[in-house]
Amino acid sequence: MIQITNVHKIFNSGKPNQVNAVNGINLKIKTEEFLVIVGANGSGKTTLLDLVAGSISPTSGNIIVDDKDVTKLPDYKRSKWIARVFQNPMSGTASDLSILDNFRLATIRTRPKGLSIGINETFKNQVKEKISTLGLGLENKIEQQMGTLSGGQRQALTLLMSVMDNCKVLLLDEPTAALDPRSAEVVMRTAEELIRDYRLTAILITHNLKDAYTYGNRIILMGEGQIQKDLDAGEKGALKQNDLFDWFS
Amino acid sequence: MDFYLTALLQGLCFSALALGIFISMKIFNIPDITTDGSYTLGAVVTAVMITHHQPTYIILPVVIVAGGLAGALTGIIHTKLKINALLAGILVMTALYSVNLTLMGTSNLPLNNFPTIFNLLNISADPNHNTFWIVSIFVIIITILIGYLLKTDFGIAMRATGNSESMIRSLGVNTDRMKITGLALANALTAVSGYLISQNQGFTDISMGIGIVIVGLGSVIIAETLINWFRITSVWLSLILVLAGAVIFQLVLAITLEIGVDANLLKLVTAGFVLVIVSLPRLNFKSR
Repeated sequence: MIQITNVHKIFNSGKPNQVNAVNGINLKIKTEEFLVIVGANGSGKTTLLDLVAGSISPTSGNIIVDDKDVTKLPDYKRSKWIARVFQNPMSGTASDLSILDNFRLATIRTRPKGLSIGINETFKNQVKEKISTLGLGLENKIEQQMGTLSGGQRQALTLLMSVMDNCKVLLLDEPTAALDPRSAEVVMRTAEELIRDYRLTAILITHNLKDAYTYGNRIILMGEGQIQKDLDAGEKGALKQNDLFDWFS
Repeated sequence: MDFYLTALLQGLCFSALALGIFISMKIFNIPDITTDGSYTLGAVVTAVMITHHQPTYIILPVVIVAGGLAGALTGIIHTKLKINALLAGILVMTALYSVNLTLMGTSNLPLNNFPTIFNLLNISADPNHNTFWIVSIFVIIITILIGYLLKTDFGIAMRATGNSESMIRSLGVNTDRMKITGLALANALTAVSGYLISQNQGFTDISMGIGIVIVGLGSVIIAETLINWFRITSVWLSLILVLAGAVIFQLVLAITLEIGVDANLLKLVTAGFVLVIVSLPRLNFKSR
């Protein structure tokens, strides 16, 4: 599904503060693979995810998504395949808009936003039905502004929004970092269910080693912009939680 | 009483401008300074075309296009050259001053002896009532168009742009194009205000746009304060409150003059009034 070939990303090239954030990464992610990326701060995890999403473009190398070379495509054009959940709950939703408006935009993620009114009773019921699957009781608050919800609720809704339209790849950038443990669990469980039900290819960045251990069927450790360890499903299954802690000691 | 009617008419004429600021605030979170220039541009184009005996029905489309171009220019400077939105607006506004002066060829152009929409259309015998009805029709049509637009998929995307750019890009919207289109729309509306005001007051003056962005901003902030107080989410009600804001703003200025404040101090009073309404919600917030 995703093929990253010899990708480099250098920030501030040639200046004293030059950063080689991603240093020649080769990575092939199969369809329906759920890849977990761990690594210390500054190891290039988020840069790698930004490169896949297209919010930054690589200094060299190329990126293929679903057999199409997307290296030169900006993020808003890659949205045809890729949905994204950000670390900051504020980044994934528009706070001044209602839940309904947010869902409307998510529903037409891969399509042009035209001059017709898309919100009608059928659509409202469809959104209510979807939201009720979260079990957070938000289905009766769809006219409320997104900004009135808690971070956990917003992250859960962002996840749900990503599957409102045809989605192949789901990028999760520390989606639970800003949440309390209980909300974090709801969000991670929702993510896993959606990835399974919609057969998504997913990449999860996390600092929570328990999540890294629990979720996903492949794990890589990043350091200094490179892949240092790469464990497939079998190897990850044999991994113990303590082994993960040892990676960071 | 006529005094207040004049203020009401002014407020209605300014409501297109207020809607323009409302839209640019949604996209940028800051008011678009181009307004000062595009408002005058609208008035200048109107005056020049009227004095050159152009047919009435083509003046409005030309005004809309002129305002739209000015806004698009600010949008392009901001998005393509990555220049701060505030500065981009100031640059275009400054440049427009020369454009306006060149177009007019003089700093003041009276329209007294020419046909304007207000004396071509006769709905009521009383000139003030006549103006009121004509301006009201304009305001109603504009409000319906903008209200519809903001409820479409395109409109939702536009409202979300200033809110969360990362989200809206990940949902497949080209935010650069959205900002350029939005600013073009906002300034086209502003130019319509210039079109209405110049015909209402019977002249176009090169300095009529100075500080006009504050009038729009004041109107929008009055509206936003009410929107936040009453937790309004409806697009239609928000737009109506923006119109109300524009009228309230002019009425406050009229009252200020009525109680005998020197007309030279009007801009000072305007700035002071906007300061008060901007800070009111914050003061409220603190005590909560």
